[in-house]
Amino acid sequence: MSTRTIQGQKNLQDIRQASKDGIGGSPLRPDGTLKVRGEFAYSSDMWHEDMLWGMALRSPHPRADILSVDISEALKVPGVYAVLTHNDIPGSKYYGLEIQDQPALAIDKVRYHGEAIALVAADHPETARRAVKKIKVEYEVLAPIVTEEQCLNPEVYGYVHEPHEYKSHGSGNIVHSQKLVSGGGVTDEIRALADVIVKGDYEVGMQDQAFLGPESGLAVPAEDGGIDLYVATQWLHVDRQQMAPVLALPEEKVRLTLAGVGGAFGGREDLSMQIHACLLAQHTGKPVKIVYSRDESFFGHVHRHPAKMTYEHGATRDGKLVFADARIVLDGGAYASASPAVVGNAASLGHGPYVIPNVRMEAIALYSNNPSCGAMRGFGAVQAAFAYESQMDKLAAELGMDPVELRQLNAMAEGDYMPTGQQIDSPAPVAELLQRVKDMPLPPPLDLDNLDIRQIPGALSNTSHGEGIVRGIGYSVGIKNVGFSEGFDDYSTARVRIEVIGGEPVAMVHTAMAEVGQGGVTVHAQIVRTELGVEQVTIHPANTEVGSAGSTSASRQTYMTGGAVKLAAEAVKQAVIDKGRRRYGWTQNDLTLAGGKVVSESQGSLISIVDLLGDEAIDLTREHHHRPTVPFDKETGQGFGHVQYTFCANRAVVDVDVELGLVKVVELTAAQDVGKALNPLSVVGQIQGGCTQALGLAVMEEIIVKDGKVRNASFTDYLIPTILDTPPIPVDVLELPDPHAPYGLRGVGEAPTVSATPSIVAAIRAATGLALNRIPVRPEHLTGTL
Amino acid sequence: MEFLRPATWDEALAVKAEYPTALPISGGTDVMVEMNFDVHRPSAILDLNRITELSQWEITGDVVKLGASVPYSRIIDELSGPLPGLALAAHTVGSPQIRNRGGVGGNLGAASPAGDSHPALLAAGRDVFVEVASVRGTRMIAIDDFYVGVKRNSMEQDELIRAVHIPVADGPQQFSKIGTRNAMVIAVCAFGFALHPKNGTVGTGIGSAAPTPRRAVEAEEYLQGVLAERGLWESGDLLGTEVIQKFGELVKAAASPIDDVRGTADYRRHALAVMARRTLTWTWNDYSKQIRSAA
Ligand SMILES: Cc1cc2nc3c(=O)[nH]c(=O)nc-3n(C[C@H](O)[C@H](O)[C@H](O)COP(=O)(O)OP(=O)(O)OC[C@H]3O[C@@H](n4cnc5c(N)ncnc54)[C@H](O)[C@@H]3O)c2cc1C
Repeated sequence: MSTRTIQGQKNLQDIRQASKDGIGGSPLRPDGTLKVRGEFAYSSDMWHEDMLWGMALRSPHPRADILSVDISEALKVPGVYAVLTHNDIPGSKYYGLEIQDQPALAIDKVRYHGEAIALVAADHPETARRAVKKIKVEYEVLAPIVTEEQCLNPEVYGYVHEPHEYKSHGSGNIVHSQKLVSGGGVTDEIRALADVIVKGDYEVGMQDQAFLGPESGLAVPAEDGGIDLYVATQWLHVDRQQMAPVLALPEEKVRLTLAGVGGAFGGREDLSMQIHACLLAQHTGKPVKIVYSRDESFFGHVHRHPAKMTYEHGATRDGKLVFADARIVLDGGAYASASPAVVGNAASLGHGPYVIPNVRMEAIALYSNNPSCGAMRGFGAVQAAFAYESQMDKLAAELGMDPVELRQLNAMAEGDYMPTGQQIDSPAPVAELLQRVKDMPLPPPLDLDNLDIRQIPGALSNTSHGEGIVRGIGYSVGIKNVGFSEGFDDYSTARVRIEVIGGEPVAMVHTAMAEVGQGGVTVHAQIVRTELGVEQVTIHPANTEVGSAGSTSASRQTYMTGGAVKLAAEAVKQAVIDKGRRRYGWTQNDLTLAGGKVVSESQGSLISIVDLLGDEAIDLTREHHHRPTVPFDKETGQGFGHVQYTFCANRAVVDVDVELGLVKVVELTAAQDVGKALNPLSVVGQIQGGCTQALGLAVMEEIIVKDGKVRNASFTDYLIPTILDTPPIPVDVLELPDPHAPYGLRGVGEAPTVSATPSIVAAIRAATGLALNRIPVRPEHLTGTL
Repeated sequence: MEFLRPATWDEALAVKAEYPTALPISGGTDVMVEMNFDVHRPSAILDLNRITELSQWEITGDVVKLGASVPYSRIIDELSGPLPGLALAAHTVGSPQIRNRGGVGGNLGAASPAGDSHPALLAAGRDVFVEVASVRGTRMIAIDDFYVGVKRNSMEQDELIRAVHIPVADGPQQFSKIGTRNAMVIAVCAFGFALHPKNGTVGTGIGSAAPTPRRAVEAEEYLQGVLAERGLWESGDLLGTEVIQKFGELVKAAASPIDDVRGTADYRRHALAVMARRTLTWTWNDYSKQIRSAA
């Protein structure tokens, strides 16, 4: 078992210097310099001769019947090539990630503010915009179904989807639910075993992925009647799977190529403009580009589920957890999207990384006329972590215990069981991670005599010169699963080729993996360098010519597609060696590839790859499947449901201006076990990015929805952290290999997003003494002025 | 859409007379955003960027004449001494990119209640004037008469802003702004405050807490009264918590904020009282120090 510590940015340079460009090294991203210089081609930058611009008409109402749609005036606008409604859809009218409940264009009713009703293709975006305004829609506006009370009483308030049109397994306005019971559940007898019981109601607002590159793509009709789509997405093959039936095309005639992605965070798991651009291209026979404006983007993708959660924990006097009970209500909005998976995660991970002998849980997702919610970094686990970590602090206070010690006392470890009955069969250093963040040196106290105003709450807004500022410290730990769960086989495919180009051995990796900023393209090259012992590796554009790579989500790509690249590279290595064996009759069993040669560990170099391959290329494709999982039992939640678990602990040091309710996170420390850091620089980057997104949820990020209407669809009022809000984030990385995973690695991207938010809120509580049961924490919450 | 680019001020006035609906553009940091949001599609745009005098400032006697297009970054670099309140306000505007482009003329043109220049201009005194002109002639609009409604000012359609005339500070000035993040944020509310020892007045300006930027008149009168009655201008003695508290309450009472996505009305009132107390304390401490070191 190896552990290695990387202490934040300070050591990054050392890491880079100490490494080569194989795994464990930190070669720079191939797209890094281009992006920093503004030279990277994003999906919104594409251009095609003769192309048209597509644009959608969207509903201003969250719930309405559509009485009529009149496109005649729009069609008369010079430069308009097509105006389409659902009547023009050649194939199936519905699509969806898990449940096909979403119409590609609204049919007779709209279910959320911003739902697309009609499409225009025109020779200029301005022409398209004008034409969209000329489409006349007659609505009968209905009272939106938006609160839990309204959703759960459909006889009174109505159905978001009429029961006869249900495609989910849910009922009423519930799209999905999951119960869980373990041990003796939570009964009065079990409750009686606890010396202390703490209860709490918690609420999480609607966070947005807030990626900077708006939804965009270019659809090009092909001569064979098919379509080529260049698009920024997270999973090419599942896009295609949803698109083809709507376009009435066989899948092989819908070809997707990944275009430059400007961030994703789950927001590109669902389709946005894909079907729309293709419908317009099919209809006009011309290439069609769609680029969302910023406000359209806020309507064009799903958000993080807002949650209302009720928790109850019981413990003995000395701090041992006796039971935990919870109910989590997630607002899924108008369409199912990833709600079932979000519910599954919330239910199975919702009691945190703790050993609890008796557990009960119910998680549900509602259908409502609020914006649709779906995948966002850490989904299901993020919402729950805010609640269970708040509960841990409450319990510690009630018991008069140190909050870290209480957590450590109940922390799960390898060999323990999840409430689902799944045994944790790889390292789970929960107590160790907490200890590491606790042991890190604290930042110096505020020096009131030498104040740098940029470092205090309000910063250059000049609200304090030291007045009202109180410092608080908070801790938290979180758990997240890696990969798709509950029986889903989210395999990945990779093709690796080796050949001689210009007298050098050159490898190529071809996958359909969506590079959304996570650094997969860097890691794939590292894997191939290590496995094939060559320096030059090119990355083929990601497209559907090769098999699926699954989604760039669920912290899974390095594990899954990285694993596939490893398998394909190993196969290529074997093929190269076998070729040599056939030609030269080698019998050694210690052959490998290194430094561009076939080498025997005992006898040294045998032949260069260049000489062995000559003109021949070796080109092999492999699939990587993770170990199988099973669905959770609907009533008990039992089952081997998750592929892998990942843990992160945080310590937040926060200064609060308690009079004005302004907050400055001074430092946010993270410790995370990553199994094996394939690219330490990227690993630290992922953890710091995840922490920053968690900070956003803690103190500022929320889509404000009133009566189903989005009130802040712009970056003027949907605030994400700036550099002045982002503290130093020292990162402590553990490498405890998971024997089931390629290279022993553990998915990295989501765990810090799960764990960091509660630590920040805990620190604000410590500074203010307030209960704070809702995030994001607003100045109003801290000043009693809500 | 026509794009008009006059080279001189007179030409600009002539163009504006000919195309009264032409939308002036200076830094464009409001204009371009609004066009992007489809708030309006003007028939013509009047680009003021070729008129060099608009991006110049000069001090004549005790008055700074600040060209309408002098960007915030230059106000910070070049005018922190004579216009400390405005410079502090400028510091809080947007990001470096916005501060390099945007200026006070555009802030006044947009006349948003959330514009950060306004509280500082109001606090700088009743003798701050916006110089506007048309082919019909020049008008000096007192700052108190400039803001007339939500995003509305008292200019005529054919007029352009040439400059703002602001007295050189004769005492300490402060500016505070609340935002829900620590940079690059539109004000939830803001407060500007200035001491004017020469004429024994104080200036206040409230931002984002009423349909227009406004002055806290009663707070000013109360404080001026206390300062005069107790001879504090001369002594520089401590104000005492009661005075500071009362001043805060009067500033709060002067606001008529609303609940919106950026904050609640209650919070705005509360924060204004806090900012009023703090800015008064800071400026008075500075003033006392000056008095004592002069004595
Ligand atoms: C990202 C971002 C952040 C921002 N942050 C802030 C902030 O923190 N605080 C703040 O106050 N503002 C902020 N703004 C708004 C804007 O930057 C300011 O209002 C700025 O002062 C506008 O100046 P400008 O020169 O860019 O104006 P422009 O956009 O060129 O013009 C604004 C308005 O004034 C009119 N106008 C311009 N010049 C004249 C003239 N000489 N005569 C008559 N009319 C004229 C225009 O027609 C238009 O109506 C922000 C804007 C952005 C995009």
